[in-house]
Amino acid sequence: MNDSPAAAIEFAHVTYRINGNRMLISDLNLSVRYGETLMLLGRSGSGKTTTLKLINRLVSQSEGQVIVDGRSTAEWDVIQLRRHIGYAIQEAGLFPHYDVEDNVALVPRLERWDDARIAARVREVLHLVGLPFEQYAGRYPDELSGGQRQRVGLARALAADPKILLMDEPFGALDPITRAELQHEFLELKKTLSKTIVFVTHDVAEALMLGDRIALIDSGKLKGIFAPAEFLRSRHEAVQPYVNAFRATQQILNSGA
Amino acid sequence: MSLPDFFVAHKREVLTLTGEHLWLVGISMLLAVAIGVPLGILLSRRPAWKSLVLGGNNIMQTIPSLALFGLLLPVPWIGARADRLAILALTLYALLPVVRNTYTGIAGVEAPVREAAVAMGLTPRQLLWQVELPLASNVIVAGIRTATVITVGVATIAAAIGAGGLGEFIFRGLAMVDNNVILAGAIPAALMALFADFVLGLIQRSLVRTQVRTHN
Repeated sequence: MNDSPAAAIEFAHVTYRINGNRMLISDLNLSVRYGETLMLLGRSGSGKTTTLKLINRLVSQSEGQVIVDGRSTAEWDVIQLRRHIGYAIQEAGLFPHYDVEDNVALVPRLERWDDARIAARVREVLHLVGLPFEQYAGRYPDELSGGQRQRVGLARALAADPKILLMDEPFGALDPITRAELQHEFLELKKTLSKTIVFVTHDVAEALMLGDRIALIDSGKLKGIFAPAEFLRSRHEAVQPYVNAFRATQQILNSGA
Repeated sequence: MSLPDFFVAHKREVLTLTGEHLWLVGISMLLAVAIGVPLGILLSRRPAWKSLVLGGNNIMQTIPSLALFGLLLPVPWIGARADRLAILALTLYALLPVVRNTYTGIAGVEAPVREAAVAMGLTPRQLLWQVELPLASNVIVAGIRTATVITVGVATIAAAIGAGGLGEFIFRGLAMVDNNVILAGAIPAALMALFADFVLGLIQRSLVRTQVRTHN
């Protein structure tokens, strides 16, 4: 599997150190298949976000190679690499001085699409994330709810139609109802779009629900990759605490019912 | 002679000195912005230089203006003409608020906004022009506003070294012990400071409105 050309993203012996000593990622080997949603599951400080940022070179590895679309990220022009990859984060990071339309149009404009194509695309992606253009295009980020901001962030990430989408706990800061709503829509979206998605989360339920596979990361090391059903069945010592926590929640819910 | 009579009688001189004053302040502020904003941007890229540059600037501010004019007098070329010297000194005074606010404004851009911008593939130049400067603009203008008001005041001292401006009246009035003559310099200078403060305040507020928008 490791050297298969079917990998959209591949980590080969990747190590990442801060200031040349403290190791945040050590000897990571991992491939992400075209069209799959891979969840990076781990606790705070496990290195899952760093792993994500290695893909679009927001950080650069100390050793090893990250290969995106068959080419090492070190060989990519970094600006091209980033425009080729969608990116959505927990705080959305929308430009506060841009309205929704300008925020979503950001990458297509950087890529110098013509105006008609940009206008059509903005309409299309806003529709995709459930925000009617007429109602939302002219609003500014601080006139939106947290859920709406997150939708705009997702629309912006999708705007230039990247084949790869990186998501860093995009639903982490939302209230439970909005989160469930967006998770549900994400599942629908994922079916229609067939993107390669790498999704960081610390939430087991979210990982099980949204992922095709789950990569468990702990202390900068990959503990294993599991399909959701395998994950629940696994006897792996690193998996156990997650499964136990998940089961405990379920039991409480069931006993209450 | 009453104050209004003095203004009427010395109309030409009031206008000339006001013009000189505006010129001193205008050129100094242009220089301060032309140097201060890029310097503030540089500091945001090299935070290690921050204490050196801002500290040095702070020390600058503590030198009494009259002393600074005197100290610069022997400097070749600069000291050769009083207005050159005055403009240099005024620029140095105006620099700190401009540099500090440019740095503060850029540093104040929220981390997720910056991260998203970089991750979307903005080049460093695009990040600066499309995100950092627009978001910092009201803070930068606030710094220019402070600097302008300070400069209008300090520029009155330039008359002490013969650089002209409204300070001429003030020093002459002091020498003549004539309050009207002092006020003939002080009132236009005060009006100039208030006017600059007002106009730059309007600009600043219009920038705030496009950035930190409220819900209605």
